[in-house]
Amino acid sequence: MCGIVGLYLKNPVLESRLGELFEPMLIAMTDRGPDSAGFAVYGDEYDAGVKLTLQSDDAHYDWQTLADKLNDAFGSLDSWFQNANVAVLKLASEENKVLSWLVENAPDVRVMSAGQSIEILKGVGLPTEVAERYKLKNMRGSHAIGHTRMATESAVTLQGSHPFSTGMDLCLVHNGSLSNHNRLRDKLKRQGISFQTDNDSEVAAGYLTWRMAKGESLNQALKSALKDLDGFFTFTIGTRDGFAVVRDPISCKPAVIAETDDYVAMASEYRALADLPGIKEAKVWEPEPAKVYVWERDGAKVEAA
Amino acid sequence: MKTYDLSNNSLRELNQALHDSVLLASEPEWRITNPNGAHNIACGLNDDVSVDIDGHAGYYCAGMNQKASITVHGNVGVGVAENMMSGLVHVKGDASQSAGATAQGGLLIVEGNASARCGISMKGVDIVVKGNIGPMSAFMGQSGCLVVCGDAGEALGDSLYEAHIYVKGEVTSLGADCVEKEMRQEHLDELSDLLKRADIDTDPSAFKRYGSARQLYNFKVDNASAY
Repeated sequence: MCGIVGLYLKNPVLESRLGELFEPMLIAMTDRGPDSAGFAVYGDEYDAGVKLTLQSDDAHYDWQTLADKLNDAFGSLDSWFQNANVAVLKLASEENKVLSWLVENAPDVRVMSAGQSIEILKGVGLPTEVAERYKLKNMRGSHAIGHTRMATESAVTLQGSHPFSTGMDLCLVHNGSLSNHNRLRDKLKRQGISFQTDNDSEVAAGYLTWRMAKGESLNQALKSALKDLDGFFTFTIGTRDGFAVVRDPISCKPAVIAETDDYVAMASEYRALADLPGIKEAKVWEPEPAKVYVWERDGAKVEAA
Repeated sequence: MKTYDLSNNSLRELNQALHDSVLLASEPEWRITNPNGAHNIACGLNDDVSVDIDGHAGYYCAGMNQKASITVHGNVGVGVAENMMSGLVHVKGDASQSAGATAQGGLLIVEGNASARCGISMKGVDIVVKGNIGPMSAFMGQSGCLVVCGDAGEALGDSLYEAHIYVKGEVTSLGADCVEKEMRQEHLDELSDLLKRADIDTDPSAFKRYGSARQLYNFKVDNASAY
């Protein structure tokens, strides 16, 4: 089944309350996906290099030592902090070099996200537990997307949890299932996209990364996805400064969008939006099948396919 | 009028109360506040009562309704009035997919838009939508009427049996075996009556009628010998 939610703030005044507004949305979708949960928060931008979210299964992992080693290797660690079993590091270095170093020197550490703005946090357990584990309520930022999972296509593990990220600052949450993901994964691997799991939704994220690396806009990449992805889906996608929603032409998987002057919010069901400020006056509608909805920072424009 | 606030009272207790004929005899008018998208509000009512829901409702609102008049002052989720037997369900906002699915009687009015599969497998219900409807609407519709004042999405009336479809706006495409049909006086009368019951002031002659061409396998008497 799964539940997905997204909140994109148009009014910067609300950015200090992103986590507080977003957490109840995620928890409201527990009925739709109680086995694992995750979210991506965009904020605390770092322009000088790359911001990495790293995770370890070892609750006592020595992040300080890893941070020191990274600083020795690159001499460019600007800052870092630990959040439960995750560490967020900001390095004034190139993404590829740091990621290669991590594969060599810290193979037991998982890269959850890389970018200038994104931080992905996810794990097995009830959405309320995952939110509490990472103190979602206190987080600030410009937008967030989240997922509550009822697994179908792969195991109930952290790796199978959403959001999926396959490129800088891009991530995706998915409600549905894809039927042509195996062949598409092979094709994308040949194009240089790497995957960490056998999950169908990760292939969708990889597909968008590939299209956008070829120079397509988020809107164009999603229009291409409507042609190339086979299966059921409602996707919500985050980029550094953008937010998008798209549903397959059959539109079995639900979605509702609410928009005010202050924000755009999406969820699998209206229940998740019911506590947002000003929701009673919001424009609330069901996104149409096979239509791409995109909001981007420069003037919060709406591009519809 | 009895007011029931769903933000601090149980949905199950509400639905139980709405099945208590003794209580309903003395409290025939209900107002439900703060529905907040909850599922299964006012389902399976059996009595001639009126229920107003102030806000957006979730899935299967007013499902299996008999006799009651239920008005939602907001949007509804999947499957509003599914399998309704009689009575009235009036949605002031939009309806999500499968509105009026398999319903056997009564009247469903949607003032906004209804999305995909509106009236799927309808079996006698009348559905009047003031806005547009989504794809695959009236799929396998068996009887009753679907009236659309706006546009209809792809594959309207696919595999239709005897349901009557009236659309004023554009139809993106017709489904298998669904064809445009002549609008005779009996159809204008039927449509006028439905528009009047939905309190919609528009010219019935501006609508087109669609129905089954009766060319699919199940309409061929030659195939009867297979059984």
